Amino acid sequence: MSKNIKKYFPIFMLPTLLAFVIGFLVPFIMGIWLSFCKFTTVTDAKFVGLSNYRQAIADPEFMHAFWYTTAFVIVTVIVINVAAFAIAYMLTKKINGSNIFRSVFFMPNLIGGIILGWVWQLLLNSILAIWGKTIVYSPTYGFIGMVLLLCWQQIGYMMVIYIAGLQNIPGDYIEAAKVDGANSRQMLWRIILPSMMPSITICSFLTITNGFKMFDQNLALTNGAPSKMSELLALNIFNTFYGRNGFEGVGQAKAVIFFIAVAVIAVIQNRLTTRKEVQA
Amino acid sequence: MRKWRKIAALSLSAALAAGTLYGCGSSDTAETEAAAETEAAAETEAEAQEAEADAEGGEASSDILELAKADAEAGGKVYYLNFKPEQADQWVELAETYTDLTGVQVDVQTAASNTYESTLKSEMAKSEAPTLFQVNGPVGLATWKDYCRDLSDTELYKNLKSDDYALKDGDEVKSIAYVIETYGIIYNKALLNDYFAADWSTVKSIDELNNFEALKTVADEIQAHKDDLGVLGAFTSAGMDSSSDWRYKTHLANLPIYYEYKDEGIDQSPAIKGTYLPNYKQIFDLYLADATCEPTEIGAKTGTDASSEFALGEAVFYQNGTWAYNDIKDNEVVDEDLGMLPIYIGVEGEENQGLCTGSENYWCVNNKASEADQTATLNFLTWVITSDEGRDMLANQMGFVTPFTTFDEYLPANPLVLADEAYQEAGKTPVSWNFTTMPSEEWKNGVGSALLEYAQGTGDWSGVETAFVDGWKTEYDLAHAE
Repeated sequence: MSKNIKKYFPIFMLPTLLAFVIGFLVPFIMGIWLSFCKFTTVTDAKFVGLSNYRQAIADPEFMHAFWYTTAFVIVTVIVINVAAFAIAYMLTKKINGSNIFRSVFFMPNLIGGIILGWVWQLLLNSILAIWGKTIVYSPTYGFIGMVLLLCWQQIGYMMVIYIAGLQNIPGDYIEAAKVDGANSRQMLWRIILPSMMPSITICSFLTITNGFKMFDQNLALTNGAPSKMSELLALNIFNTFYGRNGFEGVGQAKAVIFFIAVAVIAVIQNRLTTRKEVQA
Repeated sequence: MRKWRKIAALSLSAALAAGTLYGCGSSDTAETEAAAETEAAAETEAEAQEAEADAEGGEASSDILELAKADAEAGGKVYYLNFKPEQADQWVELAETYTDLTGVQVDVQTAASNTYESTLKSEMAKSEAPTLFQVNGPVGLATWKDYCRDLSDTELYKNLKSDDYALKDGDEVKSIAYVIETYGIIYNKALLNDYFAADWSTVKSIDELNNFEALKTVADEIQAHKDDLGVLGAFTSAGMDSSSDWRYKTHLANLPIYYEYKDEGIDQSPAIKGTYLPNYKQIFDLYLADATCEPTEIGAKTGTDASSEFALGEAVFYQNGTWAYNDIKDNEVVDEDLGMLPIYIGVEGEENQGLCTGSENYWCVNNKASEADQTATLNFLTWVITSDEGRDMLANQMGFVTPFTTFDEYLPANPLVLADEAYQEAGKTPVSWNFTTMPSEEWKNGVGSALLEYAQGTGDWSGVETAFVDGWKTEYDLAHAE
């Protein structure tokens, strides 16, 4: 077995490894290096030390984007997971046409974020036009718009994961619980949810990182208007890097800070939810 | 099992989180490539015509063609990153003509509206960087001057009418303007004549329409009687979408800056006082009040909205420039009905003010490209401004007025350009393009956001004043912090 692995390693692993190094590791390390530099194009940089980080932390728009994004993530993680679980729970019951419903719920996930952003901008603007307003009227409107959009896009995807999880719960458990006279609420809280923890780990992880990284939808829906008050972190970083001459390094420093924050949060979340998992 | 899941989750989290570090590449340049393909059909036809023209006697440009063929053998290539989306297709067409004639590969990419700087930044980092790119003026040049080849010994510079159209860094000519443009308030002559003829109108001829008071009277009356004229409003929507907001945060903002510079006798400044901001407010208020839509809706209005409103005869006035002709022509409004007024903002003596004329399109040749590519690029440019094909394309198809002496017989038929000539002949003073001295893009964005908030009622005018005056100083200091 181990001999075989050695023999076939170059064929099966090398291409992926190479792609990983070129497409991921190198840019990643370059990105960290660039965060300590001043530059106009990424191939032509000059080391300046920590000044980029000082500027990044002192930027009030960055801090605003940070809290705005945190609020956004909290809301979307709760709404998406609760809704996705509820729908998955419903669609694993015997309902007519549950397969059609599953497809319908999943479909929004197949559309690209930037297109979704524009479609929703049209939709929301034409509804808001009744009151003579637009989505960029206030950052709250933008916030609600983005929450709606992201939920619409992701609930179906998370639902699929939850459905797979629900179908994996061994029938014996349910039967045994029924024989013991558990009511449906007890079934949900004591049997189903604990057995679902692996799915919950994955879904909450995906929704947290997706929320933090959201970029296209933000760009297309509000582009940060009004006055950068609806700017999420990724867009703020993009605008710092590309929108201002002389701020490329600052944008890069923000990206490194952002990476650390997201990584820490993701690891904590992983710890918390995996601890609750039960071995089947 | 558990262990694997853990590893999977960890590598997943690493991959996702780190994707944030570099996943921001801009890909707006793809558009023109697609456009180039659809153009292919039209191409063959054009080629046939060009071949004919050549046979008849394109002798003048034959020398440059020889040079270009040498370029092709030396492996020289041209990659032009174009700033003007309005002419994207025509540049691709011109490039293909050149390739067919000489064998030199010419790629043209066009950055989408408002994304030129970001596209340029990422394109310049590639090994196949643009050999020909643009800066928007002195401020843009400050960022890119280390990448600009000295153009003083080129045909481009030798054929330039005046040094006013070149940007210099010391003795070196770093970039050269290739198109002179004009903006103002484009108007629909037919609709305006209907207004002059109506019994409820106060202003009776275009000659009386030469100051802000008159403009306001006309606009207010048209707005009040919009149903009689069959329009939706006097002005097109003052869209604050990024495809349109530059008309206000940059072009309109030029006027208060122009008058302030004029008062002080300067042509750039580390700080601005905002003496003429009340006039800026006055004209912007007029755009908002007498428009085709409610001020609260402008956040969602795009550049296309405004140009189609004008082109379909739904509005009488449309603030834009000569470049807008391509988008307006061949619609409801015929060429004879197109006119352009100066933007009056209520300054003393503005009866003698002309249209705003200048350039924010300067060619630069990338000095970091290989010598063969640089030579090929310069020869391409020489061909563009000296050959029949190039001149015909720039003047007649793209509708450009150029600052080159070689274009004397090639004047565009663009009626908006003719309107500008009429004002110049009448002895009006053209307003110079001072917005090229605005300290940064960030400053423009700040003013734009403040204007939007003011328009929709979530902010007040003092926000615009702060962004304009304080923002100028902050941004200027940041840009000159070195």
